[in-house]
Amino acid sequence: MSPVTVLIPTLLRPLVEDRSLVEIPLAASAPVSAVLDTLADGRPVLARRIRDETGALRRYVNVYVDGEDVRRADGLSTLVTPGSEVMIIQSVAGG
Amino acid sequence: METTLIAIGTKKGLWLATSTDRQNWTLSQPHHLMSEIPSVGIDTRNGKTRILVGMMDWHWGPAVVYSDDLGATWSEPEQGAIKFAESDETALGRIWQLQPDSEDRPGVVWAGCEPISVWKSTDGGQHFELNRGLWDHPHRSEWGAGFGGAAAHTVIPSPLDDTVHVAMSTGGVYRSTDGGQSWEPRNKGISAYFMPDPNPEFGQCVHKIARDSENPQRLYAQNHHGVYRSDDGAETWESIADGLPADFGFVMLTHPRRGGTAWVIPLKADGERIPPDARLAVHRTDDAGATWSRLDNGLPSAEFNAVLRDAASVDTADPVGVYFGTRGGSVYASADEGESFTEVAAHLPDVLCVRAAVVVGSPAPVGTQ
Repeated sequence: MSPVTVLIPTLLRPLVEDRSLVEIPLAASAPVSAVLDTLADGRPVLARRIRDETGALRRYVNVYVDGEDVRRADGLSTLVTPGSEVMIIQSVAGG
Repeated sequence: METTLIAIGTKKGLWLATSTDRQNWTLSQPHHLMSEIPSVGIDTRNGKTRILVGMMDWHWGPAVVYSDDLGATWSEPEQGAIKFAESDETALGRIWQLQPDSEDRPGVVWAGCEPISVWKSTDGGQHFELNRGLWDHPHRSEWGAGFGGAAAHTVIPSPLDDTVHVAMSTGGVYRSTDGGQSWEPRNKGISAYFMPDPNPEFGQCVHKIARDSENPQRLYAQNHHGVYRSDDGAETWESIADGLPADFGFVMLTHPRRGGTAWVIPLKADGERIPPDARLAVHRTDDAGATWSRLDNGLPSAEFNAVLRDAASVDTADPVGVYFGTRGGSVYASADEGESFTEVAAHLPDVLCVRAAVVVGSPAPVGTQ
């Protein structure tokens, strides 16, 4: 079982014990939403930072699966395979 | 030691200013830097001080955080203080108002939010329940969005009974007389000149309402054009704009103890949205709106920035302090009910909300500047 590596942006690292990456065990392909569910299990504040209470990805949070923006793929249904890299990053927005 | 605390929420963080004489102010370093702070509540009931903050991070979303030690440390409820249920199929957008209830209802805090919703906490703001009476109101689909979004921006419970008044943009004033179970629009007499029917039952763009301290049935309203008073719990409204240089503005404050006293900060509109002739002034009435006094001692001679609906506050001291901030990042304080002002801060980001209170304890040890 090859884990999925989730890269955590600096501002969210205090919510994952100051780690820059978290490995999520994954036995078979699964939607990225399931990976995020596992990541957020027991971390409700982290869960709210990434997705709102409808489950939608926050507007200025981007998630990439193996370098591909999930918004350009199947959204949170985009499949993640064992060994994949999931990157969470805030978009370049603001002024 | 008695300290007066001003909480200043801006587009890019929260600042706390403290003073023991309300003349000389010490300004903190920013708290929650880069988060928008559209709402602050200072809860001083039970001899304690809790600063409640409605944060909005454009990346990571809205959150209620609080501090019980004047900003030295902050806590965020693990499960989130304000959250819609999955079945509501919507998400919290912004927290516009955090309003502690009266002394004899300790722990009760109201919140007004976007999308248009009212919430009530009974544990000091750690967890809020959605008011279903307003959420399920049949008018909901007809409420609109003001420029800043569609929100219940003002919640004022009556200290006397179960009456609660809510102001929303745009929708107008709604009143509940049963603690929030049911709600009715109460806008008779308030013009909505921007609608096909200028006197609708609801749909008015009310900017702020405030309750008279001596007579809970008396309310004041600053509307999108129009300044009004009601003497019958919002059943009917009458204009009190005569004597003001403009009937537009966002602010409405009332005296914490003296009936008939209220403050507004007029802006010219709709074309300009600046203080009339760029001369910033607070106006006060001591006779429930029959006459107004212009107060600008200590304010700049030219000011082109607006003062937003929650960017003004009074404290509870005697004489009452009056505080406000501009979108240009200046904050002013008056220790004499508006007769004269001193500058508390300048060059902050746009000031979105200001709250002031007399608190017990030392100012926050967090890096002062």
